Amino acid sequence: MDDWYKPITDVMQDVYKIHVEVFRDEVTLTVPAENIVEVVKTLKLVNDYRMLVNLTAVDYWPQETPRFHVVYHLRNIQQNTILCLRVSLDGNAPILPTLERVFPNANWFEREVWDLFGILFEGNSDMRRIVMPHDWVGHPLRKDYPLGYEEVQFSFNFDEIELKKPYAKE
Amino acid sequence: MGIEQKAGDMGIITTTLEQVVGFARTNSMWPVLFGLACCALEMMAAQAANYDLSRFGMELNRASPRQSDLMIVAGRVSQKMAPVLRHLYDQMPDPKWVIAMGDCASCGGIFNNYAIVQGVDEVVPVDIYVAGCPPRPEGLIHGIITLHEKVKQEKLTRWS
Repeated sequence: MDDWYKPITDVMQDVYKIHVEVFRDEVTLTVPAENIVEVVKTLKLVNDYRMLVNLTAVDYWPQETPRFHVVYHLRNIQQNTILCLRVSLDGNAPILPTLERVFPNANWFEREVWDLFGILFEGNSDMRRIVMPHDWVGHPLRKDYPLGYEEVQFSFNFDEIELKKPYAKE
Repeated sequence: MGIEQKAGDMGIITTTLEQVVGFARTNSMWPVLFGLACCALEMMAAQAANYDLSRFGMELNRASPRQSDLMIVAGRVSQKMAPVLRHLYDQMPDPKWVIAMGDCASCGGIFNNYAIVQGVDEVVPVDIYVAGCPPRPEGLIHGIITLHEKVKQEKLTRWS
């Protein structure tokens, strides 16, 4: 049972230059960005991973140099197994091909990743913001996005911040 | 000594218009439903049988802003919710009042970040701030009674 993933990964490893990692029964495949659509398509059609459970991203700035990891979770319902795919992406204009043609539900996931991390999915039919207001500037879940929104009022700087507060008129 | 003595047992009392209007406004102040987060549960508890806001003429939480006088902003207001809140406030008929219930609605509370409006007073004018995270129903009722006191103080000259 420990190596259930071997038949899948052994076939794909060399073709798609995949790196396999297992940690506490969680199988993670690190995939090059240009192969991700092919890998997902193969997993769906050949290996019966028919459900895209999750599509999200992680920002490792400033510890790692390809700062973004885009993470995909695929589930095989018959075998009850989950595969995790990771794609590392450079922070300079990060672009990935869309998964929308393989899994239609990727559309909204990709919009969310675009909204919060600024990772563009090429070919997505509806690349708008989904969570933040449409006129928002910046991508808030990036690690270099400012954490606080307003300086905290203490007794020594109360008046100074009070002046800047945009109180509503009637 | 007033007209009561002279008029005898005729069922007449005398008072001022301000007092009558203040009495009417405070004893049928209908809040608009505006539960946004955990504070809303305390607001529901204040409405329910144990604390019973009906004692103060507030048995109706109107789902329509056009039928309500008071907006209890219960919970954190996100940047995306702020225009909606202002829209609902603008739809309420005058006179109208706002209670910012809880720390988040009053000043942002623990959410000092990009997603949350730092105090609902940036969007609508607030009459009463109720502190607490969340405030207990007693706290909310205290806020409402304080607002009642404020409304009763209003003068005829300030009515618009």
